[in-house]
Amino acid sequence: MFDFSTVTIWFDQLLRGAMPEFWALTIEFVLVGVLLLVLYAVLALILIYFERKICAAFQCRIGPNRVGKWGVFQSIADMVKILIKEIIPINHTDKFLFYLAPFFVIAASFMTFGAIPFGKGLQTFDFNIGIFYLLAVSSLGVIGILLAGWSSNNKYSMIGAMRSGAQLISYELSAGLSMLTVVVLAGTMQLSEIITNQHNTWYLFQGHISTVIAFIVYLIAGHAETNRGPFDLPEAESELTAGYHTEYSGIQFGFYYLAEYLNMFVIAAIATTVFLGGWMPFHITGLDGFNTIMDYIPSPIWFFAKAFALMFLSLWVRWTFPRLRIDQLLNLEWKYLLPINMVNLMLMVILVLFGWIL
Amino acid sequence: MNSIFNYVSGILKGIYSLASGMMVTIKEFFTKKVTEQYPENRATLHISDRFRGELVMPHDANNEHACTACGICQMNCPNGTIQVISKMIEPTEEGGKPKKALDKYIYDLGKCTFCNLCVITCPSDAIKFVNTFENALFTRSKLIETLNKEGSKLREKIK
Repeated sequence: MFDFSTVTIWFDQLLRGAMPEFWALTIEFVLVGVLLLVLYAVLALILIYFERKICAAFQCRIGPNRVGKWGVFQSIADMVKILIKEIIPINHTDKFLFYLAPFFVIAASFMTFGAIPFGKGLQTFDFNIGIFYLLAVSSLGVIGILLAGWSSNNKYSMIGAMRSGAQLISYELSAGLSMLTVVVLAGTMQLSEIITNQHNTWYLFQGHISTVIAFIVYLIAGHAETNRGPFDLPEAESELTAGYHTEYSGIQFGFYYLAEYLNMFVIAAIATTVFLGGWMPFHITGLDGFNTIMDYIPSPIWFFAKAFALMFLSLWVRWTFPRLRIDQLLNLEWKYLLPINMVNLMLMVILVLFGWIL
Repeated sequence: MNSIFNYVSGILKGIYSLASGMMVTIKEFFTKKVTEQYPENRATLHISDRFRGELVMPHDANNEHACTACGICQMNCPNGTIQVISKMIEPTEEGGKPKKALDKYIYDLGKCTFCNLCVITCPSDAIKFVNTFENALFTRSKLIETLNKEGSKLREKIK
């Protein structure tokens, strides 16, 4: 299995040999930033195309098929359109917060990219509290949504933002607790260590029923955090026009659009890393021939394949279920997911204490 | 104890109903897509016979139509789409009366709402709607058509 850290270490030493440490680090920071931004933008385009095709298939349509072969350039055309659109200035808004809010949303989803391991050695920062960082940063976006609702000076935006706030605060609990279940099993919060621990079996299978429950709960809670699918109350177009981003136009609206898709990817990436072994290939203990064949597939392909499979699940859910009412939404979290999660955490502690894990 | 049973069975029923909903959509995901790709499928395109695309006046092989120029269609048209211009034909035989006949049947496609009232009220079934729908043109004036053909005349009643 190719380790990408050999390339990065070689490049680092090349730069350090040619210039002082400060400049070498600056160049590396800029390069990593640019690479992540490019990855962010390209992923957004791929995701928008992916979503439109999948959604079309669920509705018995073909989907975009005119721009390029099978419509693969459709999202690029959409991007050009949204870039050249006029940004309409709105009167009676809180100008500073109004223009600041989209950056909050996009920065929150972008910051998670710093800690996600995309492949073997392809991780920008390997925190020892990686999961904690991911959870903290990915839930920062709600500040941007609340700011957008508040500064728009529009009751629909405000209601949408408030709903989003209630939703995120509730579902953050479930997401955090299901992550905690895995942390109990793993004994670490460091993402690289979590992945290497899954060399033989993924955590999904290591903790028997307990991690399966945690996985499903995390998928539901994560899906709710992205404000999509049956949990799209904050934008509920039939009730609130477009919710918190009603007053935005042009690229500012594009930022929200981008962040929504990338949040979906971030949730899938975290679930992949924690439950499905991240970039770790699928190994079965004992079948060495099978394992070596699996090792020939590059690690980023494993990571993105798993993430896209989870995103397909998310889209499947989105295009199946109708939107929940706000009381049903909170019922689901406080009456069902949270108690299940607590019992599940206890179960996991018992399993780990008695050593009943694979 | 009963409430706990209800809670657990509620969860299980919920999971079952969600799963059955997802089964329905995944079946839809793999069914044949219904999208019609229009300009490419013109050869196989099926438009219903009842679709009203354009008003026509059928002519037979002898270039004869059934319009008696009575003007009922013109009176019934809500938009003034139809204009029937009649002429008087001199009697062919000795001692006959001059007859009213159709000179020009002018139909403005641009004004027509395809309500079908003209076809319903026509006493001699001289006009009908056909399902041709590619009526787009570059100028409005081309939408005004004359439905009776050059040199056509009224079909004689079979005695």
